Amino acid sequence: MAVETALSFRNISMTFPDGTHALDDVSFDVSKGEFVTIVGPSGCGKSTILKIAAGLLRQSAGTVDVDRERLGYVFQDATLLPWRTVRQNVELLAELHDFPPEERRRLTADAIALVGLSGFENHYPKSLSGGMRMRASLARTLTLKPPVFLFDEPFGAVDEITRARLNEETLALFAQERFAGLFITHSIAEAVFLSTRVLVMTSRPGSIVASYDVPFDYPRSPDLRFDPAFAELSGQVSHSLMAGHL
Amino acid sequence: METTEAAETTVAARKSRMVSGVRRQVLPPFALGILLIGVWYFISYVVLDASRRFLLKPPHEVVRVGFLDGENLAEMMAGLWSSTKVAMIGLAISILIGVFLAVSMSQSKIIERAVFPYAVTLQAIPILAIVPLLGFWFGYQLTPRVVICVIISIFPIIVNTLFGLLSAQRGMHDLFTLHHASRWTRLWKLMFPASLPALFTGLRIAAGLSVIGAIVGDFFFGRGEIGIGQLLLRYANRLQGEQLLASIIVSSALGVGVFLFFGWLQERVTGAWDDTGAD
Repeated sequence: MAVETALSFRNISMTFPDGTHALDDVSFDVSKGEFVTIVGPSGCGKSTILKIAAGLLRQSAGTVDVDRERLGYVFQDATLLPWRTVRQNVELLAELHDFPPEERRRLTADAIALVGLSGFENHYPKSLSGGMRMRASLARTLTLKPPVFLFDEPFGAVDEITRARLNEETLALFAQERFAGLFITHSIAEAVFLSTRVLVMTSRPGSIVASYDVPFDYPRSPDLRFDPAFAELSGQVSHSLMAGHL
Repeated sequence: METTEAAETTVAARKSRMVSGVRRQVLPPFALGILLIGVWYFISYVVLDASRRFLLKPPHEVVRVGFLDGENLAEMMAGLWSSTKVAMIGLAISILIGVFLAVSMSQSKIIERAVFPYAVTLQAIPILAIVPLLGFWFGYQLTPRVVICVIISIFPIIVNTLFGLLSAQRGMHDLFTLHHASRWTRLWKLMFPASLPALFTGLRIAAGLSVIGAIVGDFFFGRGEIGIGQLLLRYANRLQGEQLLASIIVSSALGVGVFLFFGWLQERVTGAWDDTGAD
């Protein structure tokens, strides 16, 4: 059975109007059921890749192939609308896509339950912790059941413990929904723990210098992080990051 | 179960905190008020000798003549009502025009660039300089008075509303862009709600200014329907110190009243979610 490619980057280069050469000849594919993580130092153009994938930026050269109709995009900040309750925030995208009210309510309730925010439907964002806001943001994206999920360093602002838990929950979602995932991070552990494949990026101009297949089966136990094979692979990723980051 | 209990404890704690908070909030200004009334009595009875006491009548005289005398009170309330009416009509028109202009400016850079210098100029006009002109053009009844209120109160509404409309974060705009939101949807579901806290700040400022505009217009026209401004002028000319002070108190109360009203309205509308608020 041929694997269905959900997102494809072919020879993408990006130069900003101010002359910054952000991306140089970046090519990769993400198939349905694959979770690909791009790991790289701050400012290497990782977020630019996502913005180009989503159509928020236009590349200078190369071609992107992705269905943008129902694209899932999880931002660095939760970007919840402060005047909407959790339920109203989660319902927003279904509203923007004109889903019928009945379906909207069902999708919203399902998504809230899936991220474990039941009971907080009527809370406003200001009364939520950082982790809960991220969950609400995830739930909002989930309502669309997007075939492609883009994550822009979503857990960078939460504490280490919450981050580990959010990683596990993201994996559970992936196991259930089997979307094509493209995840941006600068945490090697996060990258290896989540992904089926890790791409290593270096900066100035941003380009992909190495690719590692992650052989561990899903569902992954939180204890995988302490497995020698996990440490070995993390070490390799770390070495190629350092090699490219002089 | 546990969550409910926790919530109840929080509510109880919040209530007791509120009570002690009210005590801490109310007591100091109350004490200062008593002190100021004491100073007032001191000036009336000790600093001024009997022949010059008309310059500052003691507080109880102001209350007796200004507020407890039915005829004086009726005259003042009629004036107050006239000025309040003018101020509120002016404010309502300011809100309509100001919000409309701010929305237009938020939708088009060209409109913003075109309108902004004139909004600033409007703000810079010394209002007294054009009061005679407005009377000359529109007579001395309702129209020119309302125009004065609009001129004096529209700037804070335009500026604050525009600032609020443009305050939605970049990420939120990206979210709306990603999901193909129309211009109208973006305005209605993102920019307008985001503007509410700043809009209310503008409203509170504008409401106070509109009251000033109503009194200033009435004062300088010196004719037409009698408002609080003409009364102030008349009492001062006739050396009616008690009535003069009473109408100053009443007009200040009107200004404070509208300020508090819009504060209350803001709390009702945005209090539940606005995290940039006053506290």
